[in-house]
Amino acid sequence: MLFLILFPVLAAVVLLLTRNEKARSIIVMASAATVAIASILLAATYYGQGLVLFDVGIQSITPLMFAAEMVLAAVLFYLGIRYKKYPASILAVIQAALVAWFEYGIGHDIHATNDLYIDGLSSIMVLIIGVIGSLIVVYAIGYMRNSRHHNPEEKDRGPWFFFLMFVFMSAMFGIVLSNNLVWLLFFWEITTICSFLLIGYTKTEKAINNSFRALTMNLLGGIGFAVAVIVIGYDLGIVEMDRLLEMGAAGAAVMLPVGLLAFAGIVKSAQMPFQSWLLGAMVAPTPVSALLHSSTMVKAGVFIVIKMSPLLGMNSAGVMVMLVGGITFLLASMAAVSQSNAKRVLAYSTVANLGLIVACAGVGTDEAVWAAIMLMIFHAATKSLLFQCVGTAQHNIGSGDIEDMDGMFSKMPRLAGLMIIGLVGMFLAPFGMLISKWAAMASFVDAENIILITCVCFGSAVTVFYWGKWLGKMVAVVAGRENIEKGVERHEWFSTGTLACLAVALCVLFPVVSDHVIVPTVQTMFGTVSVAVSSSNLYIMSAMMVLMLLLPLLFFRKNKKETKHIYMCGVNTGNNLSFTGSMGREVSVSIRNRYMQDWFGEKRVGGIGMYVTAGMIVMIIAYSVYIWAGGAV
Amino acid sequence: MELFQIISPVCYVVLAPLLGILLAGSDRVITARMQRRKGPPVLQPYYDVRKLMSKERSTVNGVQEFYVLCSLIFMVVTGIMFFAGGNLLLVVFTLTLSAVLLLVAAFSSNSPYAHIGAERELYLIMAYEPMVLFTAIGLYVFSGSFDVYDIATGGTMPILYLLGIFAGLVFILTMKLRKSPFDLGSSHHAHQELVKGTTTEFSGRTLAMVEVMHWYENIFLLGLVALFFFDGTLLGYALGTALCILVYVFEVLIDNSFARMKWQTALKSAWLVALVLGVGNIAVLFAFGG
Amino acid sequence: MSFTTRSPWLIHYDGSSCNGCDIEVLACLTPMYDIERFGIIHTGNPKHADIFLVTGSVNEQNAPVIKQIYGEMLEPKVVIAVGICAASGGVFRRCYNVMGGIDKVIPVDVYVPGCAARPEAIIDGVVKGLEILERKREDVERSRKEGPK
Repeated sequence: MLFLILFPVLAAVVLLLTRNEKARSIIVMASAATVAIASILLAATYYGQGLVLFDVGIQSITPLMFAAEMVLAAVLFYLGIRYKKYPASILAVIQAALVAWFEYGIGHDIHATNDLYIDGLSSIMVLIIGVIGSLIVVYAIGYMRNSRHHNPEEKDRGPWFFFLMFVFMSAMFGIVLSNNLVWLLFFWEITTICSFLLIGYTKTEKAINNSFRALTMNLLGGIGFAVAVIVIGYDLGIVEMDRLLEMGAAGAAVMLPVGLLAFAGIVKSAQMPFQSWLLGAMVAPTPVSALLHSSTMVKAGVFIVIKMSPLLGMNSAGVMVMLVGGITFLLASMAAVSQSNAKRVLAYSTVANLGLIVACAGVGTDEAVWAAIMLMIFHAATKSLLFQCVGTAQHNIGSGDIEDMDGMFSKMPRLAGLMIIGLVGMFLAPFGMLISKWAAMASFVDAENIILITCVCFGSAVTVFYWGKWLGKMVAVVAGRENIEKGVERHEWFSTGTLACLAVALCVLFPVVSDHVIVPTVQTMFGTVSVAVSSSNLYIMSAMMVLMLLLPLLFFRKNKKETKHIYMCGVNTGNNLSFTGSMGREVSVSIRNRYMQDWFGEKRVGGIGMYVTAGMIVMIIAYSVYIWAGGAV
Repeated sequence: MELFQIISPVCYVVLAPLLGILLAGSDRVITARMQRRKGPPVLQPYYDVRKLMSKERSTVNGVQEFYVLCSLIFMVVTGIMFFAGGNLLLVVFTLTLSAVLLLVAAFSSNSPYAHIGAERELYLIMAYEPMVLFTAIGLYVFSGSFDVYDIATGGTMPILYLLGIFAGLVFILTMKLRKSPFDLGSSHHAHQELVKGTTTEFSGRTLAMVEVMHWYENIFLLGLVALFFFDGTLLGYALGTALCILVYVFEVLIDNSFARMKWQTALKSAWLVALVLGVGNIAVLFAFGG
Repeated sequence: MSFTTRSPWLIHYDGSSCNGCDIEVLACLTPMYDIERFGIIHTGNPKHADIFLVTGSVNEQNAPVIKQIYGEMLEPKVVIAVGICAASGGVFRRCYNVMGGIDKVIPVDVYVPGCAARPEAIIDGVVKGLEILERKREDVERSRKEGPK
């Protein structure tokens, strides 16, 4: 277990020192494979054992972490001053002060017996990070090489890039495996800093601005986390996650710290009003976006919220979490309609789906959490697939705009095929995302939460729309396009192809995944399990998936048919790409989608979301503080 | 599993085309009578499809027919699951899958008219989807089960508690049945503005499949309407069957008395209906404990 | 009678004309004549149509359009030239840009005379066209059975 946390760091350091590009790609692949195998082994070893706690037994680790944290805070302070981003500096100082206060105030008196743990949820997270994260890193080898090919004058900063990627993975393993909240906070901050550095990787002005926005927001969340740790320490005298959950379930007054931890999770998972940091993160190289969106960073946010879910429900923290999640799902889906940049559509869709996960966790019933975990798994697989496809497309057609993906089906048939799997996987039956959404809907109904029902129904309708029009762009068969697929690196093919297979396989194996992975996990968290989607329905879904895979085989045997022109009022010039206009002029046809700016424009939707959600969070946190400070209801 | 749950989907697969033909045929006759015309024979839709099947094989690209075939298959699957008494949400999602596959077929042609039709159809999906979901949720809140079988044999007519949702469903049915004022995507009548919308690039056998799909779809939709009257007694089934036909006639009347509206109107009105009738009805059910 | 003749869908194209025949074709749709009785649908899409109904003459500019629409229709198909202009160019035939009747660019199966052609005559022409359509369908069927050439 420690191996998983420490090995990526080792790999990172080696990579930092490796200047040769060949050697680097070999090391990256070897380490990625090692991490993936190790995480599968870990999950397999502890499969079905419920919660297992570990005592690391090395007392010097915590002070070391503390020292590292102080150094990092100092670095952030310096960077903030240097780039004139003072809020970041101030927040870094506040956070360092809070940690120091905790460490010297009560930290010494509280002894954590078990620093690490593993349970079903952690195993799932380990698999997501280990397998999908590693695939993304492999993809990054090809991507970065390709990227350098496009801008040869740029200095090779590959060592630094891969160093950060691996440190990031290590920190993620730390987050999902730490039982000691102080450790968790440390890893939490490391992911914040890594994402800050990765977003700012290209060092353009926009990148620096956006990276500081991400840093500022996440530091704010981090402060929430730190305060939560202090409150838990002072009130309950503990620093362990399992004991917090136990005492919370037993009825101890933990609403304020739980609310603050959930707040940290909300920030990290880019829920409204904090969605802008994730959208800004799009300036980073595509593998970074894929990593941030699918297996790390935002998943850390939802992980902590799901972790807290047994304590949520119809209480102040629970209401905050579920409403923020629900409203984010609805509004972010709407905002996605107005975007034509593929990465931004993906970003908004990530925000929306995380919103749904957060809302499920906020409802805090066993069936809602079942849906949340399902969503998390499928979202990780499908979203990384989509990001990689978009990244590859961007390199080869020179644009990341959906409107420029005209004729992808003819230009890059294989890539278009993979992308279609990803797109369809995001919104249609019988793919996983939809089944999870279904379960989420059913659990909201069971919780009799009319606001969430409304959000999820309208949000789903909008979701169909924005994926549908993108899908329409992808499937269009445009005549006279050359195949330009040769330039794609084989690392990219390998990684993207594997993810697509994974996404499909997960859907076919849906009932197995549910029965043997998610049900036991929810069982350990809640003690009971009820699944909104009965297993016979899961088998029907799985059968539909198989049918979908078989249909092409049945159909494409022989296809001898005459091909006719498309209809253009009888004035098609004969190539399906242009028509004869007035005065015999040839006019080329270009088909564009509508983006409904006046309905779902980013500013409009974002503005509403900002006020509603920010207001809600402030009110509920203030209320919790009031109750905590002894106020009467 | 009851015997009924096996017989009824088999009946659906066999009889739905037959009933679909009669329904579409009577639709055309009634429409003609409303316009003081004689109209075609009742079996006209059947003749149309047989003719389309006998036409030359031709297409605009190699994949279009495949998408349409998939759309048809999943439409039939939708109906089978519904009449087997399956999960209503699953039914709704499969219905959406079928609808989207048809749009994919239209989009794949890269033809301007088909694109416009398909995009408008997407607007319609966005417009009616919330109400369809609220229908399923409403029936669940009422009966405590998403399974059609449990709802149909529940002992009380859902309509008594779900009047708002029923009205909302009838409203969006206009879109699903491709009737004016919401026949934006494609319609059976010639409208020069669209040519034929979604179906512009379909021809011969492909178009025949689309027609057959509509037969299956219409019968399924009427089944959904009838479900509101089923209470497990013979009277309920009779009433449901009679009233779903009445609703269809009502839709034909609406079709003939309205001009086509813009997608903005369709979206706004459908969402308003879903919000007021759908959410309102469910909220009332929650408030009074079902 | 086969199904083809029971469900003839037609597309109407108006070339160089005074629009008289054009109006009469539309008159066939009215309750007075109600061509839907015969299963006829007036479609705007060549890919759905069996019968190509042309009014007016061919000129240099619309010749390729007529050819393309004809080409986009699926076999079996028939062409009906409605009105004297469609048959021979009519009063416009000496105009500098007029090429003449429809048969200058595509094969015509039925000629309906008249200026303008009366709805009764048009319907009669369509019914004539159906016989030819049926013959062509049999040809298509036969060639399909014999296999590709």
